[in-house]
Amino acid sequence: MEAAAHAASQTDAEPRTYLNHETSLWEWLTTKDHKKIGIMYLISLAVVFLVAGLLAMAVRLELMSPDFSIMSASQYNQTFTMHGIMMVFLFIVPSIPAILGNFVLPLQIGAKDVAFPRLNLASWYVYMAGGVLTVTALLVGELSTGWTFYTPYSSQQGTAVIFMTGAIFVSGFASIFTGLNFIVTIHKMRAPGMTWNRLPLFVWGLYATSIVQVLATPVVGITMLLLILEQTLQIGIFDPALGGDPILFQHFFWFYSHPAVYIMILPAFGILSELIATFSRQRIFGYRAIALSSVAIAMLGFLVWGHHMFVSGQSAISSIVFSLITYLIGIPSGIKIFNWIATMYKGSVWLQTPMLYALSFLFLFTIGGLTGIMVGVLGVDVHLHDTYFVVGHFHYVMMGGSVIALLGGMHYWWPKITGRMYNETLGKIAAGLVFVGFNVTFFTQLVLGSQGMPRRYYEYVDRFAELHMISTIGSFILASGLFLVLGYALHSLFYGKKAPQNPWAAATLEWTNVAAIPDPHNFTSTPLVTRGPYDFHKADEVFGGSGDGQARGDGAGSDASRLTPPEAAPSAPKEDASA
Amino acid sequence: MNDSGTFWLPEAASTVAAEVDGLFYFVYWASAIIFVGVVAAMIYLAYKYRRRDPNDRPEPVEESRLLEISWIVVPTILVLLVFTWGFQTFVTLQTAPPNAYEIQGQAYSYGWNFEYPEGAQTTDELYLPADRPVQIRLSSREGDVLHSFFLPQFRVKQDVLPNRYTSVWFEATEPGTYELFCTEYCGVGHSQMLGEVNVLPADEFDEWVAEAGINEDDLSLVELGELQYQRNGCQGCHSLDGSAMAGPTFQGLYESERAFADAGSVEADDNYLRESIIEPDAKVVEGYGSGIMPSFAHLSERDVTALVEFIKEQE
Amino acid sequence: MSTETAPATTESVETEHDHHPSHLQHHFVSSEQQFDSAKLGMWLFLITEILLFSALFVAYAVYRNWNPVAFAEASSTLDWVLGSVNTIVLLTSSLTVALSIHFIQKNDRKKTVISLLATLALAGGFLVIKYFEYMAKFEHGIYPGEAFAPTGSGYEYLAAIPYVPQFFSIYFVMTGIHGVHVVIGMGLISWMAWRAHRGDFSDEWYTPVELTGLYWHIVDIIWIFLFPLLYLV
Repeated sequence: MEAAAHAASQTDAEPRTYLNHETSLWEWLTTKDHKKIGIMYLISLAVVFLVAGLLAMAVRLELMSPDFSIMSASQYNQTFTMHGIMMVFLFIVPSIPAILGNFVLPLQIGAKDVAFPRLNLASWYVYMAGGVLTVTALLVGELSTGWTFYTPYSSQQGTAVIFMTGAIFVSGFASIFTGLNFIVTIHKMRAPGMTWNRLPLFVWGLYATSIVQVLATPVVGITMLLLILEQTLQIGIFDPALGGDPILFQHFFWFYSHPAVYIMILPAFGILSELIATFSRQRIFGYRAIALSSVAIAMLGFLVWGHHMFVSGQSAISSIVFSLITYLIGIPSGIKIFNWIATMYKGSVWLQTPMLYALSFLFLFTIGGLTGIMVGVLGVDVHLHDTYFVVGHFHYVMMGGSVIALLGGMHYWWPKITGRMYNETLGKIAAGLVFVGFNVTFFTQLVLGSQGMPRRYYEYVDRFAELHMISTIGSFILASGLFLVLGYALHSLFYGKKAPQNPWAAATLEWTNVAAIPDPHNFTSTPLVTRGPYDFHKADEVFGGSGDGQARGDGAGSDASRLTPPEAAPSAPKEDASA
Repeated sequence: MNDSGTFWLPEAASTVAAEVDGLFYFVYWASAIIFVGVVAAMIYLAYKYRRRDPNDRPEPVEESRLLEISWIVVPTILVLLVFTWGFQTFVTLQTAPPNAYEIQGQAYSYGWNFEYPEGAQTTDELYLPADRPVQIRLSSREGDVLHSFFLPQFRVKQDVLPNRYTSVWFEATEPGTYELFCTEYCGVGHSQMLGEVNVLPADEFDEWVAEAGINEDDLSLVELGELQYQRNGCQGCHSLDGSAMAGPTFQGLYESERAFADAGSVEADDNYLRESIIEPDAKVVEGYGSGIMPSFAHLSERDVTALVEFIKEQE
Repeated sequence: MSTETAPATTESVETEHDHHPSHLQHHFVSSEQQFDSAKLGMWLFLITEILLFSALFVAYAVYRNWNPVAFAEASSTLDWVLGSVNTIVLLTSSLTVALSIHFIQKNDRKKTVISLLATLALAGGFLVIKYFEYMAKFEHGIYPGEAFAPTGSGYEYLAAIPYVPQFFSIYFVMTGIHGVHVVIGMGLISWMAWRAHRGDFSDEWYTPVELTGLYWHIVDIIWIFLFPLLYLV
């Protein structure tokens, strides 16, 4: 990132941007700028994603065929455990809010920063402390509990569990800080005219996410703390040998970890709304339904944790109630899918890379949602529980949903973040590879699971061999796509074409009222919002006039060096609100 | 096992399997139709309204209240239907008929013991009568971890907990051999915690169960040792053929030189073997972790001696 | 309406600070906005605190429901007199912290500092009493978890009742975590007292004092739930 900043500052007469302002390492590490914190999160999370992804490749390689082996059973268990823990707790949960939320949220609502910039920086340090504890856990011993830490297995393992649960406890605070910050920011920091009905849907998604973060994370915090005490003092809360209840642990764990799924997917929904609207140049169909269904999902998400435990030994009545609420939560998700598709109706659909990811999302998330309904059916779940069907299902939701949306969002906001364009052709090829690779890898796993292949198996019976081989091949295609993304992203940092201010002709504030590379204080003057986020028919500043066909910004057509639009969206007079 | 499964599901071999499969395929086809509809609409709209000119500036579309309400109401009805059906199947799965034949099942790391009302005991092998409801009462060994009892061809699964009973019932329909998997992750031997389910025709089963009751007192020490080796799950970590597992192999163990993690070494004599069974962490061989093997101090004197004799036989 | 565009202001961002009072951070438009934000943030944080303890309350409820006899027996060994005294001490400290906010609103710096110091003293008193309670238990071998080995008259019989250690585990975990909150609160209150003494606060701006007060009230409220559940029921 700093290299990009450096490159940008070399050009003469370049105005001040957040990248060429305060560029020393110390200034980065003590910055309170939400944009820089977003980038610091981006780098940290990219490392985690790379490591956890390589672990996944190792798992797939081991499972390629029944006779082929690259590691022992114990190493295999540690590998999938670390893959799960890193991906869930250290990557997907923070990913979209911490990277794109941090960068985009204040820009989208017309604020100079988040409400608590110091807390925001603290969140990154706390997250890094969690990372250090994770590395410590790896160094002190073997960690093979699975990401779910089920007791009594986990309370019988060594000290590595203490460090890892400590890491989750600590990084939970990072999550709480971000969520708390965003809620206050959205409530209190909106620009004049930015009413709740004019909030971009990404903001709504982040708002719903933040509610879940604030309400659910403390519970996993205390659960992890109790697990540590169980390990060190044998307090007997979860270990049946001491009179504790392992099912209580599962209740506590899923009370967080199911809502955590919504922490992962709700901001992805938000990104998707931005992409579909911008690349269809059409108002989101059912804006209110999408905004409110996010909040509905956030609330209902707290009442469904028991559907992870249909065969655990919890009472039949609880299973039935949890199953019913699980269906109810499927409906708002369905509404969103239908609304996004309807948004394309009579629009102008532009199939750039971000839109390809958005369409991939619709394809993959629909499978993820429908398989979710299947595992929610009580009688069927008894068969599918803890098999590869579940593995396939949650990868369709988490990777096919969250990660694909994150990739789409990264491409979409990449020009705003770095001031550079990525290579569109390579972008499309990579999106294709990821889509194909993903389906080959995980659709196979759905079939494997319904055929009875249990999860977390180091070895398997011969009848699963063919499907495992196909899944491994798919994972290689998927990985090649992701590495291609990494490659052209790095290339674009140094050699990418200079980005114009609004390459996609989007109508939200971060494109219309912010320079190509944002100013350290975001806006040169506080924007005055006079229309909805997707009112392209009113967004003359995007089109450079009153719809006379002078489209600005479709990449090629725009003037890259222009930093303030000739006709910026209206700004409020200074000090207006404080008067 | 006869290979009569479908693309999605393995062969169905219990009465409840037919019901589960019917429900599975109903949800599956409903999902498939919705999915195809969604994708078709997406592709059609993305193509039909593709951007033809960078200056396209479409008119905003008015929202249709009717459309929105319809795609709230229709899926709601659909999922309530599926819920009701799934609920009924679940109740069937939960309610064992009163005349069910009761088998006790005990899970341990890493294996399964079964005890039949007639006194027969089996390890990693479950014998069942065909066409007769069977209820298996499950628990995990004291101090052990969670396991899960999964019979894919029977479509039943139940978590197994220490210090608590859970149960599962089903009625096998076809004589044959089927799979038993552990589906709750339980450690290094999780994927080896398999069993074989043998469904016998009713008369053959009665014959088998009458013969299979073993009197341990009639066994020689080595034979009893072998039985204990299986019953206590030693095979989960200690091989007999020299292959590497979580613990040292028993092949050629007796009278070999053992080097320990904290330096020092000793020859594996009778008392060393005994100590390693009763107090596994007293001396840990180099390259293996401590705290992995549980103590077997609860075994009777004869059982421990039998195990030692059995290990001595593995040359 | 979208044709009305404000001309880009030439005024640089730094000069904005000139109009602002010193406590106002640059990204807020007004003191009011900053205060509202801080208060909303604090309330959200307090919600996370309540959820943190609610998991412990659930654990308590579950095990009490399963082992009512053990819980009743174990609970009867706790000293309800000391518990009551501590409740009164904490309630009084809530009053003094409220007073400190009242005084700063009146711009009475000296009384503010005195009220804060009084709160600090009461909080310290609470911890001292708690210390004696813990020691009285440790003396008789009442430890959380594995080390539980009751000795001495009035305690030995507990060894015979199953699941009694569980009650004490929950007791020590809940009061322990609450105690940690008290310690954190004391740190905050000392800091506030020092800042108030230095003259950081006035009737125009006393947000940190108010937020510390809110935090202290929640610590108090949690104790009000803990006390009857652990000592009286």
